[in-house]
Formats: sequence, C-alpha cells, structure tokens
Amino acid sequence: MDAMDAIKVTYFQECDELLQELEQGLLALEAGEGDGETINAVFRAVHSVKGGAGAFGFDALVAFAHVFETVLDEMRSGRLDADLDIVKLMLRASDVLTDLLQAAKGEGSVDQARADAMAAELEALTKEDAAAEAPAVAAGEAPAADEWGFTPLRMQIDEPSAAQQGDWRLALKPTTAAYAKGHDAAVLLRELARLGQIESRCDFSALPDFGALAPEQAYLSWDVRVPGGVDETAIREIFDFVGDDCPIELAREEWAIEAPPPAIDPPGETDISALIARVQDSQPREASPAADDAGAAKGQRAEGAASPTIRVGLDRVDRLINLVGELVINQAMLTQRVAESGLARSSTVAIGLDELEQLTREIQDSVMAIRAQPVKSVFQRMPRLVREIAGSTGKQVRLVTEGENTEVDKTVVERLSDPITHMLRNAIDHGLESPEERVAAGKGPEGTVRLAALHRSGRIVIEVSDDGKGINRPRVREIAVNKGLISPDAQLSDDEIDNLIFLPGFSTASSISNISGRGVGMDVVKRSIQGLGGRISISSAPGRGSTFTLSLPLTLAVLDGMVVSAGEHTLVAPLTAIVETLQPKPGDVRALGPRSSVLTVRGGHVPLIDVGMALGWRDHPIDPSEGVVLLIESEGGGRAAIVVDAIQGQRQVVIKSLEENYQRVDAVAAATILGDGRVALILDLDALVNSQRTERFDSPLLAEAS
Amino acid sequence: MDADHHTETVELISFRIDSQEFCLDIMAVREIRGWTAATPLPHSPPFVRGVINLRGAVLPILDLKARLGLGDAEPSARSVIIVVQVGKRLVGLLVDGVSEILAADPNTVQATPNVGCDVVTRFVRGIITLEGRMISWIALDDILPPEETAEAA
Repeated sequence: MDAMDAIKVTYFQECDELLQELEQGLLALEAGEGDGETINAVFRAVHSVKGGAGAFGFDALVAFAHVFETVLDEMRSGRLDADLDIVKLMLRASDVLTDLLQAAKGEGSVDQARADAMAAELEALTKEDAAAEAPAVAAGEAPAADEWGFTPLRMQIDEPSAAQQGDWRLALKPTTAAYAKGHDAAVLLRELARLGQIESRCDFSALPDFGALAPEQAYLSWDVRVPGGVDETAIREIFDFVGDDCPIELAREEWAIEAPPPAIDPPGETDISALIARVQDSQPREASPAADDAGAAKGQRAEGAASPTIRVGLDRVDRLINLVGELVINQAMLTQRVAESGLARSSTVAIGLDELEQLTREIQDSVMAIRAQPVKSVFQRMPRLVREIAGSTGKQVRLVTEGENTEVDKTVVERLSDPITHMLRNAIDHGLESPEERVAAGKGPEGTVRLAALHRSGRIVIEVSDDGKGINRPRVREIAVNKGLISPDAQLSDDEIDNLIFLPGFSTASSISNISGRGVGMDVVKRSIQGLGGRISISSAPGRGSTFTLSLPLTLAVLDGMVVSAGEHTLVAPLTAIVETLQPKPGDVRALGPRSSVLTVRGGHVPLIDVGMALGWRDHPIDPSEGVVLLIESEGGGRAAIVVDAIQGQRQVVIKSLEENYQRVDAVAAATILGDGRVALILDLDALVNSQRTERFDSPLLAEAS
Repeated sequence: MDADHHTETVELISFRIDSQEFCLDIMAVREIRGWTAATPLPHSPPFVRGVINLRGAVLPILDLKARLGLGDAEPSARSVIIVVQVGKRLVGLLVDGVSEILAADPNTVQATPNVGCDVVTRFVRGIITLEGRMISWIALDDILPPEETAEAA
C-alpha cells in the first residue's frame, strides 16, 4: 500500500508539471505563438495525465481527460482550427482538469456540473466538426480513395469490425530493469487478457543452460496476439506504466489490410479525409509503424536531454547545506588559528588556506543554487486566477508577467503564492475599473495587470501593478478617520495615506465582495510578508494605477541580523523589525509602575525591555544610558525599546531550528552558529514584548497580595 | 554469529557520577565528544545546560547529574558529552567521563527496586550486577524536559 501511495505521490507531482506545461502551451497558442509542436506538447500533457489516472482508477479524471484529449487530437491533426475562442475554451477546460486532479488528490472538491458542462462543450466541438466534414468527404474525396485501394465504406464504420481488421501482434520483451523495478510480465499479460481473447507464446530461445543462467537476468519474451477489434490506445496504455523498460512492438498482422494506419494514431476514428491524406503521404515510404513509433520516442528523448533534471529529496539538499555551512565555519576557525600561530602570509599553508576559502565560498554558492527555483511555478498559477476574478467581476483583464525566471530559494517560492494571489485579487477588484468606466476615462476597455519579479540588492522584489484608477486618497483618509485609525486632524503625506491600507481593520471596498473582502485585508498580507523577513509598500498615481512592491530575502535559511550582547551572551535580533538604534540620555528613561519603565523618544513613550532580565539571565536591569537601545516595531505596529549591552555588528546568519533536537523556547525564534562555532540565539522580538506584558500580571506584588 | 551476538547480549557504555555507576545502551549513543561551553537557553530547567553546535545542528546539552537529582555537574577538561538519540532527537548528556564498554545478558537485568523515588522510577530501566558492582541502566525516554516545563520554570 505504501509503495502504491509513493507512486501516486510521484504521479501527482508529474501531473502538476504536466498541467503547467499544458497551460503554458495553451497560453502560447492564445498569444498566437504556438506551432504544431506546441499543440503536440499540450496533447501529450493531457494524454499523460489520463494514462496515470487510468492506472489509479480515477474514473472522473479519465473520462474528462479523454474528451479533452479528443479535441486536442483534432487540433493536432489540423482538423480543428486553434482559433482564439477554442483556445479560451481549452484554458477553461484545463482549469477543470486541474480541479479534477485536486479532487483525485483528496484536496478540494469538483463542481461536477461545471465539469459536465465543460465536457459537453468539448464534445460538441468534435461532433460539430465531424458533422461538417463528413458530407464533404463523401461527396468529394471518396473516389480518390479508391485509387489507393481503399474501400471508404470499411473505414467509415465507427467501430472497425474485428473480422476485417488484422489481429494485433505484440512482441513483448521485458528488460532486466523492468523486473528490477517490480514489473511483472504476468501482470501485463493478465491486463491484456482483459481486453479480449489473447493468444500468447513465450519465447524460451534466449534462455541459457542452467549453469550459465544469471538468476536476475531477463531472458524471456512473449509473442501475443490480441484481437484486431481492440483499441490500440487501450493496448498501449497498459504498457505506458512500464515505459522504456519493457519495449513492445505492436503491429497489425499483414494479411488483413494493405496499409495499416500509423501506429501512433488510434484506429477507430471516423475522419476519412485525414486518413486518406496520411495514406497518400505514407505511400512512398511504405507504412512502418514501428519506425514511426521509434521516431516519436527518439524525439521525446532528445527533448528530455535538452535539460536533464533529477528529483532529489529536499532533506538531502538541506543536509548538504548544513554540512557546507559547517565547512565554512570550520574553515574560518582554521584560518584564525593559522593566523594566531604566527605563520607568514606568504607561507604555503596560508596560501593553501586562501584557496580553501575560495573553494568553500564557491561550494556554498553552488549549494544554495540547488535550492533556488525560478518563481515561474508560482507565476504560472496566476493566469487562471486572473481569468476567474475577471470573470466574476465582469472586468476585462490582461495579465502581463515579467521575470519569471528570477530565482529564489525554494522555501520562499512556496510562500510567495498567497501574498501574490492576494495582491492580484486586490489589483483587479479594487484597482481596475469596469470596462465602461475605463472607456469613460479615455482608456481601453481592457485593463492590464503586471506581475514582475526581479533581483535587487540581494533580495527578490515582486511588483504587482495595475493601470486602474489608483488609490482614492480622500476616501482612504475618510475611512481611516471613521474607523478611528488616525485622528481627524492628522497631517499625512500622500505616501502615508497610501500605506494606511496596510493597517489592521482597514478595508476600502464599500461592499464586501466575494473576491477581496474575505475578512482578510492588506494587513494580513503585510504581516505574512514580515513573517518572512520581507517588506511591502505601495505607490499610486490617481487615474493611472497603483503598484505594490514586495521585497523578500532570497532565502529563508539566512536572516539579516543585528548581533548584540547582553551580559556575556551573544544574541541576534532580526534586522527587519528594528526601526532605529539609539543611546538614551539618563533623563529619557522614566519608571512607570512597580517594575517597568518607559523611554521617551521624540515626545512619545515606548515600553523599555531589558533583554538580560527578560531572558532570566540577570536580576537587575542595566542602566539603559550605559547600553544601547533597539527601537523595534512589532507585528501589530506597536513599538518597544529593547535594551542591550552593546551592538557587535550586522551580519547574515544561517537559521537553525531549536525544535529539531529540543523544543520551542519562549522569546527565541531560532538559533544560529557564529563564526567562532558557538551557538547564538535569534530573538523573537514580538514574543519578547508580549511575554513582558503577560509577566506583569504575575509580578511578585500581585502574588504577595493574594 | 552476528545475529547471536545481538540477541544474547547488549553492549552498554558505563560511566560514573560520584559514587554511583550508570550505563546506557550503546545503540543509542551516536558519538562522544569533549566538553565545550554551551549557550544557555532562557527559561529552561536547571539541568538544561544550553545548546552547542554539533556540525551545524543545534544540540541541547543536559546535565545528567542534575537530571538525576544528584547536584550540578562541574564541567572540566575531562568532562565529555555523550550524544544520544532519543526518538528523532539528538541530545547531548554531560558526564564526568566514560569508564568502559560492557556486555550484559538482558535476561540478567534486574527490575529497578522500588525505593520510593520518582527520579529512580523514571530514569532507571533496570539494575545490572557485574563483578559485585551495581550499575543502573538509564532509560532515555523521559530525559528531555516535557514541553510545558520550559515555560513554567
């Protein structure tokens, strides 16, 4: 059962890739960039999804994929024009296919009515097409067929009768690799037998003498006769699963028909004109299905060879990254020891160490590059989202993406999807106007939303911009005042007003639409981005649109931190939360309450927290005027002043989990390893501030009173 | 031969804390390394010495002497950290030094006598008698502090 589950997981992974390929292909066709090969790729994608689905018994998926595939096949053979309407239908069909696949995965449900309607629409496409062409064939080309010894009557029958078609001859020769992977010829033969009465003959000729027999070597091959009435695709589907490990040769027996159809095309198609055209084509070179097949297979392999990839478990990569991190630390320690030993800079040891340092750095970069992935995988999901939102808002939207190949750490890629989804929803729902409004404003009816990714100063920047109406500043201000978020007489710059939308509890949509206003606002987006060590900002030009800019670190394995000391301990504070650092004058600190004090910063008062005390490392706070204060902004927007002894510097640190071998520790986000090989704790500043707040309730005073 | 070896005897690594002798199943031991100063963790029970860097992983260090309620250990250059596997976690145990590796027949392990002490029932799996010595076989399952104590402490 486990093995089967594992195969299923692989299948779903492959399906995700296939569906991306499918959508990409269709989008290329929509943009008019597609060619025959694109249609082929699209067809192959749907076909592969179907093949696997059949093996796992996902009937709904198979049924839909089959209809889809039929239409694509029509397109592939040039009988159906890939015009814009049809491609748009295909795109919607691919959405349904995605839903069905999700349902098969056990995630989400399918709108069966929608799937059925889509299947019917697709079917109508092929039926119409066949109906339109059939008379033309009968009238015009039937005589021509005779020249090639064809009897049109025979081919026109929907299900070619077994009697008139040669039986299939199938040569089956499983390789050693096939057995090694657990495939079994008996199972394959049994599957074949389910298609009809088969006759099989086992060929023992390759079997050596017992003495020479290698027990794990494959020697046997089979010659199987399958009734001619069986659909070729049905036969091939059985072997899809086994792949190249079990090569098969499938051919009609020669005597029945003069020119067997090329093997890759399923027989039993009603269309004659294309068939005749193909027969005409194949006449000079004598139909040879095996050669055709081999050609196709070779083509696919060549494609695969263009960018060979391997699947590697993330844990293996992580292990490698850990080890390389350790190597870097070790190398740094070694360099320090050598320097301390008083060896000359020009000594061979020192030179060797320099080279080692360079190599280590290169290894580190290459290892991080393994985890880097283009943001494409996230961007590719967006066209569908945009189509759906556009559909439900009645707006016309064109999505332009840029910089899809920008690479960023895998963990970041995974977490980009939600914020981008939200920003796109927002841009279409709130940013863009309806077609009428746009025309009235002198713009084209179709709005443009641009999604771009780029690298900027060691971070990845995602921009979502629209050419809509921009932020309605008076309205935003009014709402903020009404909701008590700002005071009515506050003087705010345009920029500050724009950024009000990130405040918790702010939502500009006057009616809660089912798209943007699902109870979460831009404040949630901001918080989730800050959680990743990122920043978000907005700029807007009235009447011309707005741009959301999101910047994130390239990896979540590394954090920009400020290294500080508290007592004899070294700590790391995440840089993103720190607003400023200052050295307070003695008069700025005032006691407030029994144990707490506040710091006066430019007229405001912020709570003061002594890190050493908060972490239980000392009993009495240090004098803030002798230490340094980090002014931080917490997730909720509140401020606090953290007192530390000194700032050692600013550094990128590698994040290490404490939970892996121990457990969560209050006020500590994670740990890191410093250049000297010691562990330093990374502070969770929000938890630190909150723990201060709760601790006040169980202060000694209260305990004594009770 | 190998199989016999495993079924009939267990190999144990023994060490001393003050006058008492203890041992651990050698299969749980990943490595033994010298003492390095640990980074203390806030709000942790006293027997948690802190964390150290074990080739890139953050390893918690427990003072086994304190864990067994025998007082705090005083780490010296002779002290060692026994890195053991507890479930999926790696934990370092600070001890004064290891003495020897011994083989014992699991059938001769005696049940822990009830001395009315919680620490003994929780951490001593059984008693091994060897050449007149009494060695307590340590159970590691509960060795880490439970999740809540970290905050309560």
